[in-house]
Amino acid sequence: MKLTLHIWRQKNASSAGKMVRYETDASEHMSFLEMLDVLNERLIAQGEEPVAFDHDCREGICGSCGFVINGVAHGPLPSTTVCQLHMRHFKDGDELYLEPWRAAAFPVIKDLVVDRSAFDRIIAAGGYISVSTGSAVDANALPVRKKDSDMAMDAAQCIGCGACVAACPNASASLFMSAKISHLGLLPQGQPERMERALNMVAAANEELFGSCTNIGECEAVCPKGIRLEFIARMNRDFLKASWTFRADRVEGD
Amino acid sequence: MSAAATALTGKSADRPGFWANPIGKKAVMAVTGFVLFGFVIGHMVGNLQVYLGPEKLDAYAEFLQKTKGLLWGARITLLTCVILHVTAAFQLAGLQNKARPQKYVKKTSAGSSYASRTMYWSGPILLAFIIYHLMHFTTGQAHPDFQPGMVYRNVVTGFQSVPASLAYIVAMLMLGTHLYHGIWSMFQSVGINHPKYTPLFKKLAAVMAAVLVGGNVSIPVAVMTGLIR
Ligand code: HEM
Ligand code: SF4
Ligand code: FES
Repeated sequence: MKLTLHIWRQKNASSAGKMVRYETDASEHMSFLEMLDVLNERLIAQGEEPVAFDHDCREGICGSCGFVINGVAHGPLPSTTVCQLHMRHFKDGDELYLEPWRAAAFPVIKDLVVDRSAFDRIIAAGGYISVSTGSAVDANALPVRKKDSDMAMDAAQCIGCGACVAACPNASASLFMSAKISHLGLLPQGQPERMERALNMVAAANEELFGSCTNIGECEAVCPKGIRLEFIARMNRDFLKASWTFRADRVEGD
Repeated sequence: MSAAATALTGKSADRPGFWANPIGKKAVMAVTGFVLFGFVIGHMVGNLQVYLGPEKLDAYAEFLQKTKGLLWGARITLLTCVILHVTAAFQLAGLQNKARPQKYVKKTSAGSSYASRTMYWSGPILLAFIIYHLMHFTTGQAHPDFQPGMVYRNVVTGFQSVPASLAYIVAMLMLGTHLYHGIWSMFQSVGINHPKYTPLFKKLAAVMAAVLVGGNVSIPVAVMTGLIR
């Protein structure tokens, strides 16, 4: 199949970028990234700079890949990362626009690659639990309701790809934050830090250049892992409760 | 205080408070939006008395004017709500503008309503309308022939002007879109989302938006078509 691609080319973080047009050939059995690999081999052979894009597992589990295809983060197939998207979902003669995630919090490093370390800083602020040292507790010694473990697992699906921010008209990170806050907050192991986790992760996100959530739902529609708006409500609940009722632990000499 | 103590007490100077946080602001918007929503329903029901004739409507207006406690209680509550709601809206809008300085060349919406994407348009238009509406029927500066206390007459003469009627109709369509998203969104903002109830909230939002638009728009339409005069 023949394709026309318009790809965002940007040399480095400080240079201005622009859309560049390429014609390429692809087989419907290729994945989207393989299609770009083929284009890149040709570009290298011609002595041109290949198109930079993030990828690692190519199995839809690591969260490295992701860019916007024709205005939709991770492309047209729901619940699918771009590495798991195949060319059979496109037609001969299609014209595709590939752009990096656009958000002040995710500056472009090169072409389709953005810096998502803002997510790491949010995780660092509260994505942990306290575990006592010594031998590990029996896995089934701590009862967890099936409903809670299911929901925690749903939230834990988030791979931190950033598509939610890219798709959100406000460039808000709410879906990602809510997945991380809910994942630990739903489990008994996550209870001791639950209130501070909500306060600290929300505060950390505030330090970054994300916008605020308007409950639009674009994030949910593009999330490759099916994270739901319901988790954002859960985060709001934890944050509101924590900010009204949180009591600081007493510290010696305070 | 040492860094460790700061982490433990949670009294970190750089952790923003309730209002300084978008989630806190959104909760305030939800609560004030809920109050305003309650008001617009009551206001519409009161206004529909225009169909019962001049005596009924004017008597109702006089009752409101005489019950000073109710009148000023309502005015102060509404003004407070509007100020909080609008302040939060403008502050959050500032945040959104900074969050995506570079727009997409191509952007397709993958699953959101038009109403939800245009809250930052419908809201400010409503603000402009509220000011105009007060100057039209409450204080009278924007009315061609304002007679204090003669509410029925003011409504009829006011809506005989086609531009004024059109402005009201457009504004009510804006209120409808604002509430089509707002009525379910306010639950989400305060943390209420459940697979059992959220679909009901969305239905409630659609029904209430339609009722409010229909009820309010009917009045200028009735005047322009000569149904009430
Ligand atoms: C009759 C007047 C109004 C009513 C009944 C009303 C009602 C609501 C409701 C129920 C919400 C949802 C709150 C939430 O999602 O938490 C909302 C959101 C919003 N309102 Fe209003 N509102 C009114 C006037 C205004 C005005 C005058 C403005 C403008 C400047 C405004 C701007 C907004 C914005 C921007 C949002 C979206 C906030 C967000 O989701 O982040 N509204 N409104
Ligand atoms: S919530 Fe979904 S879209 Fe957002 S980072 Fe996690 S996996 Fe990606
Ligand atoms: S490359 Fe790992 S999720 Fe796509």
